[in-house]
Amino acid sequence: MTLRLTHTAKTYPDGTEALLPTDLSVGKGEIVSLLGPSGCGKTTLLRIIAGLETPDAGSDIWFDDDNVTALPVERRQVGMVFQSYALFPNMSVRANIGYGLKMQRLPKSEIDARVTEVLEMCQLQPFAARAITALSGGQRQRVALARAIAPRPRLLLLDEPLSALDASLREILRDELAVLLREFDITAIFVTHDQDEAMAIADRVAVMSHGRIVQSGTPEDLYRNPTSSFVAGFVGNAMPLRGKADGTKLHLNGGTLTLPMDGVGQTVFVRAEDVQIIKNGPLRGKVETVTFLGTHYRIGISGIASDTIASIHSGQVAPKVGDTINVSIKPETLMLLPDEADVA
Amino acid sequence: MLKSKIKMLQLAVTLLACAFLFVPIVLSVMAGLTVNYFQGISSGLTLKWVFQVWDLYAGSIFLSMWLAVACLFCTLIIGLPAAYGLARHPGWMSRLLEEFISLPLAIPGLALALALLQLYGSMKGFRASWTFILVGHVLYTLPFMVRSILAVLASMDLKTLEEGAASLGASPWQRFRDIVVPNAMPGILAGALTVVTLSIGEFNLTWMLHTPYLKTLPVGLADSYASMRLEIASAYTLVFFILIVPLLMAMQWASARAQRITQ
Repeated sequence: MTLRLTHTAKTYPDGTEALLPTDLSVGKGEIVSLLGPSGCGKTTLLRIIAGLETPDAGSDIWFDDDNVTALPVERRQVGMVFQSYALFPNMSVRANIGYGLKMQRLPKSEIDARVTEVLEMCQLQPFAARAITALSGGQRQRVALARAIAPRPRLLLLDEPLSALDASLREILRDELAVLLREFDITAIFVTHDQDEAMAIADRVAVMSHGRIVQSGTPEDLYRNPTSSFVAGFVGNAMPLRGKADGTKLHLNGGTLTLPMDGVGQTVFVRAEDVQIIKNGPLRGKVETVTFLGTHYRIGISGIASDTIASIHSGQVAPKVGDTINVSIKPETLMLLPDEADVA
Repeated sequence: MLKSKIKMLQLAVTLLACAFLFVPIVLSVMAGLTVNYFQGISSGLTLKWVFQVWDLYAGSIFLSMWLAVACLFCTLIIGLPAAYGLARHPGWMSRLLEEFISLPLAIPGLALALALLQLYGSMKGFRASWTFILVGHVLYTLPFMVRSILAVLASMDLKTLEEGAASLGASPWQRFRDIVVPNAMPGILAGALTVVTLSIGEFNLTWMLHTPYLKTLPVGLADSYASMRLEIASAYTLVFFILIVPLLMAMQWASARAQRITQ
């Protein structure tokens, strides 16, 4: 199914504009992630698509050629995975998964067959008869997904489905979810505040800020070609190098950097992996922090720009805290973006 | 040594308190089972008085049971949707409404009964029927039902659970039937037992509202103490105990269970 939103907005009775007029199209089978900090409107947008929130007048939501704007959630045929999973504590795993099918008034034999099929897909057979309270967080997450997918919805909506899990489990389930969603071959929208999650799961990421979609593209595209300081900072944690630009030279506290183009009126960003510690580098700074992360060190360097600059250092030995080091940054790795008054 | 002395003292106080509470009950029960109370146990034990109570007051016993069931029915019909509404729309309005429903707890039953008599006393058919007493009982027991269900509903994320059911195609009625009611069950059960126990034991209101043809169990008890020999009144107390104690125990059990769920 393709989803099309035109001019969709949400203003709360108290005047809060949770979502500014937004257009969004999601192609058949595409997995789109809505990524942004909390309060950016991503969950509001998801709830409007689900039918759990009424958009402002003038908004239009299309599922293929059906205008569903006025349809209540129970008639939109969407599958939804909630942040808290919202599993029914009064039902077993099997009954939870079968509930949507029961609502479609399917014959009992068919419900059984389809629940069994979904249980297998999500590797939940051993837990079919269990009570919800007897499941671990990861198992609950899978039941929530199975329950949403069992009625074969037109569109799958996931609201921060991994945020209730602890970090180690989150990473495993993230990859598992990416595989499952593709196996289901379903159009899906996935809300998250975690850029790694969005990158790992989605075909396309829509970055949101202050009630707007600020940039939408493939994960690679967003990472390499952000169009705003916000996206650069939020996706991949690019760091601003604030200094005085003079044509293609940028004068920083710790030295002068060559820019790939005229830097006047632009903010220059760099990512930690592009900051290289080299003996004869043009920039000088002082090591503030050294964090060993297994495959590499993350080194915080002060004195180069106004903020501490991080560097990913993959050598066997790291400099020590307090050392003065030289740093080089290749001009082609720098990102020049228009100055923004509001950098969230 | 000192420790054991304190222990002994504690034990003595506890036993004394128990005796203070139990001795009158035991005496009363015994009075209902002895042939002649003034001669004491030596006159022999008998169930004669109990049977006599049954002959005299079976109507009261059945009326009380019928009233309790009807009262339970009414408080469920009103209380469940009310608790659901209050749980789904939390806010100062709901708080106010909840307090308003609870008002009959703070007002003496006597005053409630007088108000009912003033307003409806002139409606002859209604005044003389059992439904008049029922209205009083419902007024008095409704807050217990509402609060009991509300406590359980407030302890879960009802809104999201319902949204989950809605996203799976459940209509508002199906959501209420499949999600709200089953999950509220511990609260409903605790509330139901409270309502039945209170309705059977209610005296204040009922005393004011009853007619000579409509005596409930506690009203009959007062009547028997006032107009029958002590043995019959005591046997009546025994019958009352037998009816109310199992209900009371079931109520304790259900409330404890509901409380576990809300934590």
